[in-house]
Amino acid sequence: MKIYVPADSAAKALGADDVARAIIDEAARRGQEITLVRNGSRGMIWLEPLVEVETASGRTAFGPVTPKDAAALLDGTLAGLGPVESIPFFARQNRLTFARCGLIDPLSLADYEAHGGLSGLRRALAMDSAGIVQEVTNSGLRGRGGAGFPTGIKWDTVRKAQADRKYIVCNADEGDSGTFADRMIMEGDPFTLIEGMVIAGLGTGATKGFVYIRSEYPDAISVMQQAVSVARDQGLLGASVLGSGKAFDLEVRVGAGAYVCGEETSLLNSLEGKRGIVRAKPPLPALEGLFGKPTVVNNVLSLATIPVIFERGAAHYAGFGLGRSKGTMPIQIAGNVKRGGLFETAFGIPLGELVNDIAGGTATGRPVKAVQVGGPLGAYMPVSKFDTPFGYEEFDGQGGLIGHAGIVVFDDMTDMLGMARFAMEFCAVESCGKCTPCRIGAVRGVETIDRIGRGDAAAIPVLTDLCETMKDGSLCALGGFTPFPVMSALTHFPDDFARHKEAAE
Amino acid sequence: MAPSNAEPTTDRLQGLIDDHLTLEGPLLPILHAMQAEFGHVPQAAVPMLADALNISKAEVHGVVSFYHDFREVPAGRHVVKICRAEACKSVGADGLAEATLARLGVEWHGTTKNGAITIEPVYCLGLCACGPAAMVDGKVIGRVDEARMARILEEAGA
Repeated sequence: MKIYVPADSAAKALGADDVARAIIDEAARRGQEITLVRNGSRGMIWLEPLVEVETASGRTAFGPVTPKDAAALLDGTLAGLGPVESIPFFARQNRLTFARCGLIDPLSLADYEAHGGLSGLRRALAMDSAGIVQEVTNSGLRGRGGAGFPTGIKWDTVRKAQADRKYIVCNADEGDSGTFADRMIMEGDPFTLIEGMVIAGLGTGATKGFVYIRSEYPDAISVMQQAVSVARDQGLLGASVLGSGKAFDLEVRVGAGAYVCGEETSLLNSLEGKRGIVRAKPPLPALEGLFGKPTVVNNVLSLATIPVIFERGAAHYAGFGLGRSKGTMPIQIAGNVKRGGLFETAFGIPLGELVNDIAGGTATGRPVKAVQVGGPLGAYMPVSKFDTPFGYEEFDGQGGLIGHAGIVVFDDMTDMLGMARFAMEFCAVESCGKCTPCRIGAVRGVETIDRIGRGDAAAIPVLTDLCETMKDGSLCALGGFTPFPVMSALTHFPDDFARHKEAAE
Repeated sequence: MAPSNAEPTTDRLQGLIDDHLTLEGPLLPILHAMQAEFGHVPQAAVPMLADALNISKAEVHGVVSFYHDFREVPAGRHVVKICRAEACKSVGADGLAEATLARLGVEWHGTTKNGAITIEPVYCLGLCACGPAAMVDGKVIGRVDEARMARILEEAGA
């Protein structure tokens, strides 16, 4: 009997370690032989800990499982959910990047290979660097960190740059609230990220990579470190990748609690051992990046999607999506929702369908008030914008952004003035301090919103003007995009900014 | 997350520095190693780091003080981090945080008088579909309510 109990941190946060221990103890008590695999999460967080039991007829899911269920689980009397693939939330997805996440033992390279892993890399090894980059360009893949810059173009800039040393840097500083896809893939299928980085190295001529993981993710750090060591032992990393004679190695580095290090240039400074201060661009990191050398800085999801593009071909990947948003996006449904989790689907699904159908509305059962899309720097979308299709240009056209594709749902009890204030407060705490609009503007923003809260309507135009200045004058997205949540809250929920005035009067 | 109470000797600090000097950009890995061992970055390490990395003491201090993670003095015996970010706020993190701070009689970053617990804000633990989230000495906990938090604090010796 083979039993899968996720070691994903969301599953652990909901008691998966206790469940695993209870199953092992119960089996030992009975003298029953079982194999217990700690897999990644299948992404249905409301069902975690989601345990799967493998029998001759396939895998059956159970969840949420508690330690008390161990005996019934081994008896075969516990009520199950059927195969994961038949659960509607899962069945409606197009899993490409996350195809293996939760399915395999994250640290078994053999398991990885048996499920299609390394076939993309083998194909890439037979191509020249220009061909590799062209394949990425043809796939239409755009930076999944939020900016949406075409990955192939970035790689081509690094490929053409002349230097004695080049780097691949994976941005795993996933600090945006409402996002956890990077964490999930690192904990559930770390080899796909490693394989993607190796292919990036082959395509651009880089031989060294860094994965910069935030310190708030101790489980992801541990899995990635173990995976890198397995990859080295088995010849996926090192002086001769899979015996090809081409070198690529990588190191896992740990952040130190600075949100702004998710910005690529401050991340590079941090890796160099400096304060995580934003650099002015140009020069682009693609030309002068880490230690002044040409550097690809890509998000975890961008790099983790590379293997499937090479495995199935660029055309297959580009066949999904909408307009210029090609392929699939692992959307993270979070906050006050009935069914939260990771939902990978082709671009184009309307926001309202995600919130109402897929997520099943709010957990509290109250009406939805707003949905923040794209992390703390994303706009609050009102219900009236629920027909917006999930895509880069489509959200931009509605005054929003998809960012790292986290959506956080709020019910009608939410005070939007409070949320706007929090956005400014967060910016003030996390500002790197280099540019004035962000460093000073965020502090003034909190003060100005407090004035509005005390009933001073004259402060509203001041806030609007301040947001304009931050938007136009900030060096990076922290100061530049904080106006998105603030102004969207003010524009779409004016009552929350006026109610305070009446209360004060 | 369970640093020893070992006194940071010059030899040991130098050892931690030397262990990492072959890395590219070794400063953050060294600071993490020191904090893991001593629970903070000892002041005595600053001139040693400056010397080893050929940078100024001001630059070392600038780095240590820039990052939220690095402490100049050790924290309490247990560190409880409560997520304050949006997804957790949508399911009641503010109320949980207020109640916890009030219960312990401390502000954010404060340590209880008996030295048992330091409370810190954290902006996202990636547990956004099972908030409010918290982390106790590096262990993640989801759907934390006040009763659960009370048990956590009790176990930690508040």
